[in-house]
Amino acid sequence: MSTAETVREIVAKHGKLPVDVGSIADDGDLYSAGLSSFASVQLMLAIEEEFDIEFPETMLNRGTFASISAIAKAVDTICAEQQAA
Amino acid sequence: MNIVTKAVPADLSDRARRAAKVAGEFADAVDREGRFPREGMDALKGERLMSIQVPGELGGEDASMQEIAEVCAILGQACASTAMTYAMHQIQVASIVGYSGDSAWHADFLRRLCDEQVLIASATSEAGIGGNLRNSVCAIEVGGDTVRLEKDATVISYGEMADAILITSRAHKDAPPSDQVSTLFLKGQYTLEHTRDWDTLGMRGTCSDGYIFRGEAPKEQTLPRPFAEIAAESMLAVSHLLWGALWYGIAADAVNRAQSFVRAAARRQPGSTPPGALRLAEASSLLQQVKGNVVAGLRQFEAAKADPDRLSAMSFAVAMNNVKVGTSQTILTIINHCMLINGIIGYKNGTPYSLGRHLRDAHSAQLMISNDRILGNTSTMLLVHKQDTSLIG
Repeated sequence: MSTAETVREIVAKHGKLPVDVGSIADDGDLYSAGLSSFASVQLMLAIEEEFDIEFPETMLNRGTFASISAIAKAVDTICAEQQAA
Repeated sequence: MNIVTKAVPADLSDRARRAAKVAGEFADAVDREGRFPREGMDALKGERLMSIQVPGELGGEDASMQEIAEVCAILGQACASTAMTYAMHQIQVASIVGYSGDSAWHADFLRRLCDEQVLIASATSEAGIGGNLRNSVCAIEVGGDTVRLEKDATVISYGEMADAILITSRAHKDAPPSDQVSTLFLKGQYTLEHTRDWDTLGMRGTCSDGYIFRGEAPKEQTLPRPFAEIAAESMLAVSHLLWGALWYGIAADAVNRAQSFVRAAARRQPGSTPPGALRLAEASSLLQQVKGNVVAGLRQFEAAKADPDRLSAMSFAVAMNNVKVGTSQTILTIINHCMLINGIIGYKNGTPYSLGRHLRDAHSAQLMISNDRILGNTSTMLLVHKQDTSLIG
């Protein structure tokens, strides 16, 4: 399963969105789909747990969680850095 | 981080002090009668202080947030209702200046703001959202080139005295509660049906009555950027900083009054230290904490303001929340200290040492955006945010 697909599942489970996640494109804006700041933190925690990563402080901003593809990109970046380390 | 704090130009402080002098003369009447601080606000307009935040090319003075905060602190020492009205106006100006993009309509409006010194109110509160301004029930209706909005606004501070109202709503009728836009309606484009009275413990002159707002305007008056961005990157931070500045002003005036009291006592009995002196020293230390808190927050804002990523960063939101919670709690302790120093003459109204208005006004600080709600948000962020333990940054 691609990172984006896993992220999508986690968004479905923890994003508390008022709409069906299936109706949101990978680059669709999660905030305008109803993602609250509280839910975005829960989402972040679930993603950290799933991928066994920790978001660095520099990534803790609105942009990182703006879309499924933005989250997947952040996860891939962190995973690559962890493997390189 | 190496930020040089630009001193506030003497001219700006002088203008603010002149307006504050007028506001101060009417502060007790405004408080007692629960009426709009007309004289103070007219003086601010007369000093052209309503438009200082507007860019120079549109007729303003490019004032920084630090300079605006200084004006709020000066006003806070004279009349908290005038200071809060001015701060709320500047919070709206910050949203329009920062988030209207290349909208020609909003640029024209800002020119008008400079020419006519108009007062802008805000309508974010709404029945049914449980106090969370990041949710709206009402939705703006777009029909052709026109937008229409009806909102059950539980609070619109100085709504009837404002020349324009910046109001939040859902972006369209099918939008979720958090997908919001902000639209600036001009007087004449809306009606206000009075629903709730503002008869409160303090901040009585803000006249924050409730209304049913009904408006219709050209759709270009909706700010092009989503309210989520405006709230996260500008409004919450600017609110906490400007409120913090004027709360500092309330506490600073209380400490001034306590100091005058202690000095008068010392003069009467040279050679002995008055009993309140020690407590005054404590109040002075607490006041310095409040000032440090607000100034550090302002520096952080100035350092981050050009960068949306930094403004929407969790570390920044935690810091601004901490400014708000810390300041709003500490000013109550300070004013209470001052009350103990001044004793019954401080408890009485109408004396040079009176502190009742200060204490009542200051009690609003922990409630306007409830500290419990803010602490709740911060506690959520602390689940993932890692604190910066450096001292200077």
